[in-house]
Amino acid sequence: MISNIPALHFLIVGSLMFFIGVYGFLTRKNIIAMLLSAELMINAVAFNFAILNRYVFPVHLEGYFFSLFIIAVAAADAAVAIAIIINIYRNFDTIEVEEVDDMKY
Amino acid sequence: MVSGIIGTLVLGTITVLSYFTAWQYFFTDGKVDGAYRAITGFNHVWLTLTESLHIDLGVLLDPISVMMLLVVSTISLMVHIYSLGYMKGEDGFYRYYAFLSLFTFSMLGLVVATNIFQMYIFWELVGASSYLLIGFYYKKPSAVAASKKAFIVTRFADLGFLIGILILSFFTGTFDFAALTNPSGQVLGSIAGTSFIGLSVLSWSMILIFMGGAGKSAMFPLHIWLPDAMEGPTPVSALIHAATMVVAGVYLVARMFPVYAIWAPESLAIIAFVGAFTSLFAAVIACTQTDIKRILAYSTISQIGYMMLALGVAGYGGEAGSGFTASMFHLTTHAMFKALLFLGAGSIIHAVHSNEMGDMGSLRKYMPVTAITFLIACLSISGIPPFAGFFSKDEILAAAYTSQPIYFWVEWFVAGLTAFYMFRLYFGVFWGKKTEYKHKPKEAPLSMTIPLIVLAIGAAAAGFIPFGDFVSSDGLAHEASFHWNIASLSILIALAGLALAAWLYLRESSRPEKVAAGFKGFYTAAYHKFYFDELYLFITKKIVFELISQPLAWFDRHIVDGFMNLIGRMIYRFAVAVKRFQSGQMQQYAFVFVSGVVVLALIILIWWT
Repeated sequence: MISNIPALHFLIVGSLMFFIGVYGFLTRKNIIAMLLSAELMINAVAFNFAILNRYVFPVHLEGYFFSLFIIAVAAADAAVAIAIIINIYRNFDTIEVEEVDDMKY
Repeated sequence: MVSGIIGTLVLGTITVLSYFTAWQYFFTDGKVDGAYRAITGFNHVWLTLTESLHIDLGVLLDPISVMMLLVVSTISLMVHIYSLGYMKGEDGFYRYYAFLSLFTFSMLGLVVATNIFQMYIFWELVGASSYLLIGFYYKKPSAVAASKKAFIVTRFADLGFLIGILILSFFTGTFDFAALTNPSGQVLGSIAGTSFIGLSVLSWSMILIFMGGAGKSAMFPLHIWLPDAMEGPTPVSALIHAATMVVAGVYLVARMFPVYAIWAPESLAIIAFVGAFTSLFAAVIACTQTDIKRILAYSTISQIGYMMLALGVAGYGGEAGSGFTASMFHLTTHAMFKALLFLGAGSIIHAVHSNEMGDMGSLRKYMPVTAITFLIACLSISGIPPFAGFFSKDEILAAAYTSQPIYFWVEWFVAGLTAFYMFRLYFGVFWGKKTEYKHKPKEAPLSMTIPLIVLAIGAAAAGFIPFGDFVSSDGLAHEASFHWNIASLSILIALAGLALAAWLYLRESSRPEKVAAGFKGFYTAAYHKFYFDELYLFITKKIVFELISQPLAWFDRHIVDGFMNLIGRMIYRFAVAVKRFQSGQMQQYAFVFVSGVVVLALIILIWWT
């Protein structure tokens, strides 16, 4: 059933997810929103790995494994990022990214 | 107190050693075949400039340096002892003794210098210690101004000295006195031939060296610093600004005397003229001053003028060299009586707490020792026999008479003025009007009167030293002939000056004002030191500062600094512009990064399709 859907459709979805992530990363001023956008980009990449593995090399499994690794890394990196954000909030009373500029110059 | 005692004891040792050296030199080791020779104690190469030109540090003994050793150590010892009483309880007692010892060290180093550069080094050191001691009361603005003035004027003169040394050493290739002053020396022959604007290069360099001596010895027109230097403590004035440092200029000329006399007689003529003019000029001013230390300062300038004149009219060797002997003789006797006068003045100031003659009078009743020693010094400087000043002054007058009679008459007149102003001072302070004192003046303590008595003995008896036997221009003993006609003339005018002073000042009267009114314009001019301070201030403030320094400062501040500031500012602007790129905002970086990727992607797409 999935084979009825052409690969191009999946790739369009992947690209859309990625560029929505890029757009959000560039425009959001809230660090949590930026983290969400970054997660979106990571997921788009993981999605692409899975799709391309399925369509290009159906007998191999490397693409799926990469997707799993990426999910694990993304989970770890979300935990680290949240910890940093909490510390920033404690020190600056804000999570607006432009306010956090004490180390500038 | 401890520092004073240590300093005095050490100086006492130095004095004993100096006397021992003098005894050894004059009576045992110095004389070879009837002539005194120079002995180089040791000579250490300190700084090598070229193969042949090097600066040495060493000890040179010859008649004049041994004589100066005696004078410097004796006067310095007396001043050290005197200061124990005079400076007692003052703030900075330790500092005072440190400076005093520094000065004595530098002066002794100057005296025994083996070469002209060592002399220059110590010359600057005595200048520096003089600066420190004039400005000893650094809380008084006038003392600070005086110390600066002294330093700047003498530094200006020393510039000439240094240029003179450099010219001389450039042509001769040596700094060494022994080579330079050798009368048959070859080193000066070539330089004497090279001429520059009508005079030989040697004469020019000797004139420049004399300029250094003139600055240190307060010769006209560089005399302006010495009267102001009286801001220092009085014993310092006695040691530095009367007896030792200010005669360093005379000593310098005497040290280089064979060069002056044989190779550069033109510069010797200038020295004679400057000396004669200065002695007259300063004596006239001394007659009108009211600050006792200033009177003594002008008297010092006048007496140093005598010594310079005596050197200026002298020749090398034999009878012609009598001026040289006379000058050195006068230097010695002058050191005795002028140090005595200053120490006496210090004891008066100590008792009365004022420098002005107007605040004094009838002090002989309160301070008998000071009064008697002061009288001896006055008689000595005025040239009344048999005191020391008479003999040395008579020799100078005789030397001037045999060489250039015009100078003789000038100095003869100055001798009268000297007697007049010294006894004006003596009568004004110790006789004259009855003054009511708030605190009854007391005789000074023993530590101050003992040096006075010792120096009084020197001032009275030093004239009987057969000076010509020891010190002469060529080292051979030279018997000073006694000239009765000249001596009687000088005694006559000295007595006339004394009598005039007695008539005017012995008792309080209105005569001085009447006489002053008689010479109104001249008196006012002399009272204001012939406006030389004002003239120099005008030249420095109005001409040098406004016309030269200020435009230069403007140029420096606006053109030179402006150019540098412009470069700095441009770099700063550039940095500010560049700084914007590094905003620290992650999103900005990411935006640039993403746009770069997009642009690259577009380029690749366009090229590949």
